[in-house]
Amino acid sequence: MKRLATGRRAAILPHDGGGERLLATVVAVLCFLACLAAVTSLASNRAAHGWARALRAEATVQVRPRAGESEAEAAERAAEALAGVSGVEEAQALDRKASEALLRPWLGEAALADLPLPQLISVRLDADQPASAVSLRRALARAGLDATVDDHSLWRDEIERSAAMITVLALAAFLALAGAAGAAVAYAVRAGMAGQAAVIETLSLNGASDDRIAGLYQRRYALLAAAAGAAGATAAMAGVALLRGVGGGDGVTPALPFAWSDVWIVAPCPVLAAIVALAAARVAALARLRRRR
Amino acid sequence: MTVQPRRAPAASVTDPVRLSGVGFGYANGPEVLRDINLNLPAGSFHFLTGPSGAGKSTLLKLITLIERPREGRLDVFGQDAGKASRREIPAFRRRMGLVFQDFRLLDHLSAADNVALPLRLAGAPARERDADVAEILRWVGLAEKAEARPPTLSGGEKQRLAIARAVVTRPSLIIADEPTGSVDAAMGERLMKLFQAMNKLGATVLIATHDETLAARVAARALRLEDGRLFEVAA
Repeated sequence: MKRLATGRRAAILPHDGGGERLLATVVAVLCFLACLAAVTSLASNRAAHGWARALRAEATVQVRPRAGESEAEAAERAAEALAGVSGVEEAQALDRKASEALLRPWLGEAALADLPLPQLISVRLDADQPASAVSLRRALARAGLDATVDDHSLWRDEIERSAAMITVLALAAFLALAGAAGAAVAYAVRAGMAGQAAVIETLSLNGASDDRIAGLYQRRYALLAAAAGAAGATAAMAGVALLRGVGGGDGVTPALPFAWSDVWIVAPCPVLAAIVALAAARVAALARLRRRR
Repeated sequence: MTVQPRRAPAASVTDPVRLSGVGFGYANGPEVLRDINLNLPAGSFHFLTGPSGAGKSTLLKLITLIERPREGRLDVFGQDAGKASRREIPAFRRRMGLVFQDFRLLDHLSAADNVALPLRLAGAPARERDADVAEILRWVGLAEKAEARPPTLSGGEKQRLAIARAVVTRPSLIIADEPTGSVDAAMGERLMKLFQAMNKLGATVLIATHDETLAARVAARALRLEDGRLFEVAA
């Protein structure tokens, strides 16, 4: 007789070919979507922080001239007063042409000619240590100017809130997808165990504990989920790499600026899928085993 | 041959199996077994005979903890097994070798892997496992069928395979339900020699059979179940 090699190749549990392939496909698709949710969240967060940073580095001041003073003179005085404030890199009075250019996208060409426009000063702030709206107002008051300072904080807060909301939604989507993957695994374990009742009985009669039998199912489905997770993550990596390659640093749209590091952020997906499958298979298998006599 | 009602005999605490006043019925059905008193001393060899439907398989199911007594006390390996929790049952079964009438082989595994199953579940090292499986397959005459799957084996071969799996761990208690039912006389004798050899090595053996003459041929004690009651058969 040739040399035996018991148990090295043969799995104790029989394979359910069709069902397992179907489950692997479902888990792979769920992992792909979870990876996309994670990467999209990262990219939108990056865009939001970029916009918020740009807004933080700018302020706009509207000046109202005193009696006997022209708008241009008031603007000139305001620009000078603001230029001396710590945290201000440049303060420039906008002429009518520049103000019209700012409004043209909103109002169109026709309405601008007769429209009275406020005198605005564009203030470029130090991006790392920007001057606060309070310090700008103080400088303007010291110069005897009647002015309104807009440091864009309203927009900035909105953008940051939106970014936080997108992150929360992405996390919720990620958890929902993980839950769906877990439910799919649990269902497959239950169906598999129902079809393998005789095998389970034989294992039990040969001394296998419930933990051992559940462990066999856990191992089976964790490996399957890891492989499916790898497939889903690879597809997501390829998609993100393509978008980064095609769209460059700003991505296909400025709202989703993908980075090359995003490609690797989905690498732990197979491990996470395996962990979800381990937990789901254990819960489902032990529940099923406990229902037996 | 005469039959006498079996009374509760004096028992040693080390008896692998002891039943005292055990009664059993399925669900809310009638009693299948009544007031069963049975001691299987360590190293003993018993046959359990009786007509079909007498309760032989049911009694074996009680001893192997597939079913629980409705009344009375069941001790296995000196412990009250009738009240054992689910967690405790595998430890009892790992000390038993079970041969079922329907073999209960795993069709997706080779003959060798079927025999190795209890060793794998017990965590035996692969090298040790291979040696034990090869030896036991030789013993039951299936060395050349090691790689064959059960569906390709004859009824007799399946039976020998089931017996090989039951004894490969050298259990201290062997329970077999009609282990020679599907083999010819010569193979039946050979398998009985295997059980006797395991018995000589210290295993307690209980074999359920409809063959009343088997006990006489093997020179073992015989018990008879009739209408759910257990009798000792005097040779």
